[in-house]
Amino acid sequence: MRRRPRVASRIFLALIYLFLYAPIFIMIVFSFNASKSRSVWSGFTLDWYTELFSDSMIISSLTTTIGVSVIAAIVATIAGTFAAIGFFNMRKRWRSPLLAINNIPVMNADIVTGVSLCLLFVSLGSVLKYQLGFGTLLIAHITFNIPYVILSVLPKLRQMDRNLVDAAMDLGCTWFQAFYKVIIPEIMPGIINGMMIAFTMSIDDFVISYFTAGSKVQTLSMTIYAMTRMRISPKINAVSTLLFLFILLLLIIINVRQIRQEEREKKLRTLKSK
Amino acid sequence: MKKRLAALFAALVFVLALISGCSTSKEEVNVYNWGEYIDESLLKEFEKQTGIKVNYSTFTSNEAMYSVLKTGGAHYDVIIPSDYMISRLISEGMLEKLDFSNIPNYSLIDDKYKNLEYDPTGEYSVPYMTGTVGLIYNKAMIPDEIDSWGALFDERYAGLILMFDNSRDAFGVALKYLGYSLNTTNPDELYEAYELIKAQGAVRQAFVMDQIFDKLESGEAAIGPYYAGDYLIMLENNPDLEFVFPKEGTNRFVDAMCIPKGAQNKKNAELFINFMCSTEASLRNMDVVGYTSANREASEQYAAMLDDHAKAILFPSDEILANTEVFLNLPQDILNLYDELWVKIKS
Repeated sequence: MRRRPRVASRIFLALIYLFLYAPIFIMIVFSFNASKSRSVWSGFTLDWYTELFSDSMIISSLTTTIGVSVIAAIVATIAGTFAAIGFFNMRKRWRSPLLAINNIPVMNADIVTGVSLCLLFVSLGSVLKYQLGFGTLLIAHITFNIPYVILSVLPKLRQMDRNLVDAAMDLGCTWFQAFYKVIIPEIMPGIINGMMIAFTMSIDDFVISYFTAGSKVQTLSMTIYAMTRMRISPKINAVSTLLFLFILLLLIIINVRQIRQEEREKKLRTLKSK
Repeated sequence: MKKRLAALFAALVFVLALISGCSTSKEEVNVYNWGEYIDESLLKEFEKQTGIKVNYSTFTSNEAMYSVLKTGGAHYDVIIPSDYMISRLISEGMLEKLDFSNIPNYSLIDDKYKNLEYDPTGEYSVPYMTGTVGLIYNKAMIPDEIDSWGALFDERYAGLILMFDNSRDAFGVALKYLGYSLNTTNPDELYEAYELIKAQGAVRQAFVMDQIFDKLESGEAAIGPYYAGDYLIMLENNPDLEFVFPKEGTNRFVDAMCIPKGAQNKKNAELFINFMCSTEASLRNMDVVGYTSANREASEQYAAMLDDHAKAILFPSDEILANTEVFLNLPQDILNLYDELWVKIKS
């Protein structure tokens, strides 16, 4: 009796993973397809990968995407971490309404954020004499990234033992040293998690970028979207495959590091208890 | 702490100023074109020849481009919309007149594409590429001889029929089949076309745009309307496919290069347009895109390299061309009717 549900649950799990990864698998397979077709397999080729790197359009939009995502993730992580610490030290009466306001952009439709940022940039731009471009794109990405970082750092702060900071300061730390040596290491997993979320949100984003990028730069998702009239080139399969592998590698590195750290801590604890 | 934050903020502002600052000081031209509609190596070559930096971005539809221009967020110097959108932009005063002394290669453009209805004086646009819409079908799946749009409404092919997934093109097909003009402003004719497309629901497999490539190549569907240049690409993957110009006549499109009002690099824009008109550039674009260039010399040279079948499709005879219509801009109330009927069809 006990074995049955186990088999069923395994099949169920396998189906879920199949559902999640079959599209990506097919995309990877078709990035090696000799013809442009997305349904007819006509032989193995690496042409799309070589063509990809000579396609200035895709490469320049890829650099824009990665540049924006990396800078926006870093800036948003710094700003979001400080904001989270600020929230954490606030009185509850203020914290709850402000947190609710922080959550609104997360739930808000992208299109509303995009259009409102576009309007702001256009109206400010005519006064300050600048045009939409990489700068406005970056500001927009930082803006929608910050709430995600706050949401991922705040729980770690709540888990942290408040006495640790007091103890550190009792033992002679200045506030900044306590912050740097105690708080930051304690909430590091939350910070890294927040940065990863911010980074992937930025890479994904289409709608907000579409409204804020102006006429000089274009992100990868915008380039792909514009291809849909003619036909999406298999070069896109190739670049998506590379992006997927890159993210996979990043996740593996982070996970391995985490596991190692946990093992180290466990060893330390067992040593101490002996 | 506050000091550090202030320093961080100052650094950020500095970086942003740097990013936005360095992009405005150089000679440049901002180009807005359809996706996959150019040989991109030409951009590099133009930069090398003239020292003008090309900022190139792409759009999916005339309407998307129009809304971007209207919001005022973007500052383009060259745009490449289609015929009816050009006439709309002209009527709304959104285009600059071109200075043809900077575009000597305009003389290379075939006269039959000059001064068409959408730009009757020819002062605002330089034709870039052109093409026709026709019926593509699978000979192995449809043994009958097909010569009419009627095949798209034929119940013998139920479940194998594809249709354009945008209102103007879909209504264009239906209107042509009914014997009306593509640019009709008669609501009764539009209602008739609406009924036809609505009734097609019983035999239609799907509304598609670029998915038509895969559906026809793999044999998932057997017939659908699309652009002549794209048919030749599909033919490479499925030799059973056939193309016809329906006897009721069809739609011909012309995409042309224009300069939007208030462009900041008008001179550079004209240099860019001139560069794209050259025979060499036109040939290379035709090779990549597969549509017909407006440059006469390039078209002749390209046609000489094709077999008869491909030549007849990319360069249709004057007889066939005489039976085609170009989309024109429609009055606002008719456009609203289009939107309303299209929503009813899709829902």
